[in-house]
Amino acid sequence: MVSFKDLPEEELFLAGSTACQGCPSSLALRIAFKALGSNTILIVVASCTSVLQGSYPLSAIDLPLMNVAFATGGASASGVVAGIKALAKRGELEEEPTVLVWAGDGGTYDIGIQSLSGAAERGTDFIYVCYNNEMYSNTGTQRSGATPLGAWTTTTPGGKAQHRKDIAQIMIAHRIPYVATVSLAYPLDFYQKMQKAKSIKGTKYIEMLAPCPPGWKFPSSQMIEVSRMAVQSGMWLLYEHEDGETRFTGATKRMIEGKVKKKPVKDYLEIQGRFRQILASPEGQEAEDMLESEVSESIRRLQGWVPEYI
Amino acid sequence: MSHDEDSVGYMTSVSRPVKGCAGNTGEWRIFRPVKDDEKCNNCLLCWVFCPEASITKDTLEIDYQYCKGCGICEVECPTGAIVMVKEEKR
Ligand SMILES: Cc1ncc(C[n+]2csc(CCOP(=O)(O)OP(=O)(O)O)c2C)c(N)n1
Ligand code: SF4
Ligand code: SF4
Ligand SMILES: [Mg+2]
Repeated sequence: MVSFKDLPEEELFLAGSTACQGCPSSLALRIAFKALGSNTILIVVASCTSVLQGSYPLSAIDLPLMNVAFATGGASASGVVAGIKALAKRGELEEEPTVLVWAGDGGTYDIGIQSLSGAAERGTDFIYVCYNNEMYSNTGTQRSGATPLGAWTTTTPGGKAQHRKDIAQIMIAHRIPYVATVSLAYPLDFYQKMQKAKSIKGTKYIEMLAPCPPGWKFPSSQMIEVSRMAVQSGMWLLYEHEDGETRFTGATKRMIEGKVKKKPVKDYLEIQGRFRQILASPEGQEAEDMLESEVSESIRRLQGWVPEYI
Repeated sequence: MSHDEDSVGYMTSVSRPVKGCAGNTGEWRIFRPVKDDEKCNNCLLCWVFCPEASITKDTLEIDYQYCKGCGICEVECPTGAIVMVKEEKR
């Protein structure tokens, strides 16, 4: 068992960045770098992280880093990996670096999906992390394919009418060797899944729920608490998919096994300002019920549920 | 590699990693986390959860030059050793 004491002291994400107070991407980068170490090449897809990484001539990240266009996470990784393989073939590398793509939900669910899909299908050897704050935060909080039903964004002022898509399932359908979901409230689970991803060859997809204090409208001090409540209410399920099998992990596993009681989705909605409009509207109850059904459906699907046709 | 601001003394086409690339972000604080070492049980939770890498692992000291005052350490500390206190006017 890994404990906090085992996490390296060295910080590759440096203090004093441009990130907002309580930024989930900052914390996630810190922990991911501790898991992967300094022999890592980072590819940042256009997002809040492109800003908080620092701007020329200063960088908040002590790793070789490429800033790439919105749609190109998978394609850029493919190029970097090809370069690494060429250098390795010529004997110019002692140890091959880990290639890590860091992208938001906009850059993953919507704009980068074809590029990511292509890289995954080619079996490109890299780790893709989607930090999912369920909106386009950097440009002022517009809706994305990851925004949950009922959530306010500037482009869904009365609450989003559609369900979010389940992109981790789309990645599993690519038959890649490792897919995992993580939460910042469970940092050791995150750390261990990153280390496991590093040890596996091929395309690895890791997705983290990233509660954004200004975007979701809650105080920065509550960032971990909101992350925790997402898991405890089932709105964010922790699992890993490996060798054709899905396993629930950590707090989600305990919930599915009935060791801890699932909290109502409402408890999660109420601690964020972005659901205030929908909860106060006549459609509030319906939205809440639809989100509860979404949770049950996601759990059934992960358990291998096959729909019955008549 | 040195992360001091002084290490960025020359022009290059490559960005240099430094602490404080947004300046002394401690100036953003409205509330300051104050830690009571008597109550601290060295669980390391504040160190793990600080998004700004502003708490040291070995001595659990808060780096007020960069701590943005997000308040996560106060909320996550299980013993109540960290309390957010309003900053004086600067
Ligand atoms: C092709 C293109 N369109 C629009 C933009 C402007 N843009 C930069 S970041 C961003 C939002 C990114 O959202 P997401 O991927 O969810 O990351 P977040 O900002 O939420 O961290 C947008 C729209 C861009 N850089 N490139
Ligand atoms: S979280 Fe609290 S008890 Fe734990 S190390 Fe930090 S100050 Fe000490
Ligand atoms: S207030 Fe926030 S930035 Fe400051 S030490 Fe605590 S967790 Fe870190
Ligand atoms: Mg986003």
